[in-house]
Amino acid sequence: MSKEKLVIESLSLTYSKGAPLALKEVALGIEENSLMAFIGPSGCGKSTFLRCLNRMNDFVRGVEITGRVLLDGRDIYAPDVDVTQLRRRVGMVFQRPNPFPFSIRENVAYGPKLLGERDKGRLGEIVERSLRNSGLWEEVKDRLNAQASSLSGGQQQRLCIARAIAVEPEVLLMDEPTSALDPMATARIEELARELKKYYTVVIVTHNMQQAARVSDHTAFFLMGELVEHGPTTKIFTTPRDKRTEDYITGRFG
Amino acid sequence: MPNRGETLKLSETAPRAVITVIAMSGILVMAFILYFLTKEGIPILKDASITQLAAGRLWYPVSSPPLFGMMSLIGGSLAVTLTSSVLAIPLGVALALFLTEICPKRISGFFKITLEILGFLPSVVLGFIGMVVIAPYLQIKLELLSGLNLMNASMLLGVMILPTVATLSEESLHAVPQSQRDASYALGATRCETMFNVVLPGAARGIAQAAILGVMRAMGETMVVLMASGGAALLPESAFDPVRPLTSAIAAEMGETSVGSAHYHALFFMGFILLLITLSLNVLVIKIESRGEVK
Repeated sequence: MSKEKLVIESLSLTYSKGAPLALKEVALGIEENSLMAFIGPSGCGKSTFLRCLNRMNDFVRGVEITGRVLLDGRDIYAPDVDVTQLRRRVGMVFQRPNPFPFSIRENVAYGPKLLGERDKGRLGEIVERSLRNSGLWEEVKDRLNAQASSLSGGQQQRLCIARAIAVEPEVLLMDEPTSALDPMATARIEELARELKKYYTVVIVTHNMQQAARVSDHTAFFLMGELVEHGPTTKIFTTPRDKRTEDYITGRFG
Repeated sequence: MPNRGETLKLSETAPRAVITVIAMSGILVMAFILYFLTKEGIPILKDASITQLAAGRLWYPVSSPPLFGMMSLIGGSLAVTLTSSVLAIPLGVALALFLTEICPKRISGFFKITLEILGFLPSVVLGFIGMVVIAPYLQIKLELLSGLNLMNASMLLGVMILPTVATLSEESLHAVPQSQRDASYALGATRCETMFNVVLPGAARGIAQAAILGVMRAMGETMVVLMASGGAALLPESAFDPVRPLTSAIAAEMGETSVGSAHYHALFFMGFILLLITLSLNVLVIKIESRGEVK
């Protein structure tokens, strides 16, 4: 078994003191350079859990998190952790494409510029490499100065992926990245996700079970804030141990 | 298509007709104002040439022969507008940034209500404060001949346009989607970096419009400058010189001139100039708006 990039130990989350737990004692290991899918019905906590992995829940008022999330063995919730550093190591792609109202080039260059890269030549290389790796280069290479909003939805989402990988993160979190896209664009993103796991540890949240089955190496099934079952994708989809998993993947509910 | 003339009922045509009439009467009033200003203003060109009006510094409309040089008045208008804009626009934008990005929700509500009340303040009250509070203070502290001057009027005008600039800027900052802020945070940007690199550029167009609307208000405001600017028709050489903007000249002199005289026409011509300036600023606002739509 290969090295575990992320280890989550008994993570619980509540949105306000005394309210029911949105995540209950979740424990999970995520292998390096693999693609893990989180599945489950809406409201099961899979997106909330994903946002714990780069501390995006920090912005939610009143949220309380207990437990540990170890990235390369170090707790990202330890008091001495620099959250901005963490988010550079753990990138994120959102449900709806959310490019900045800038040009295509400026969108991709945003992260490297934050890191202090000012050299035009090197920024150009980063932009090209990121767009190549997100499969968008051939479509936009002649109009890098065009507004990002002139792209189609699927292209915008690939631009967001390029923007995320431009800072060379170690982990890439994708929160239902295809839920706003048509089937063709979805297929391209899925293909891309499989490609990206060679370089990054990829975690993808999806409400689409077929998608999880198509792209992931490992699958974790969430239900009402609980991690019901996780394991190799083929195993989860053919011989689930838990009755609830079986009911969900066979379409009895969800 | 059926013959509409026969099938349309009165209940459908009547509201349409009423709305059309109301809308047209609004446009008609606007056109009438423009016509009237032009008709009453243009005759001054019989007594003075355009260059005499625009480049003449001396405004002695009741001496003989009368001098109608408007440069000092136009300069006064530009000076108070510019100074008040320099004071109020950065402050308004900073206030808007503070309200949307930094200040907790509960407190920002209180601030917004305060701003609105400030916007409702009658300008004559502000002018009064300028005369009895600020003027004596400036006069004593800076040892001036008079505290009624460019700086006094500009500070008051700044207070007047601050709510306009701040509220409209706040709206456009607020309209920047949360998802774009999230994208920035997820790339490891701090709050401050997100504010300056994503939120401000995203709201730039709206902020520019807010600033222009503020400038327009400052340009057209009359009572404050009439009361606090000092009223001397001179080109100001320092921020503490008295000035006489176009608006206060019109307001102060219109009651004392005889209808149809050259002085009367000159005052209308100044109104015409003001209208042209605000109109062109308005066109600028529309330009900025439409540039955003074409993309």
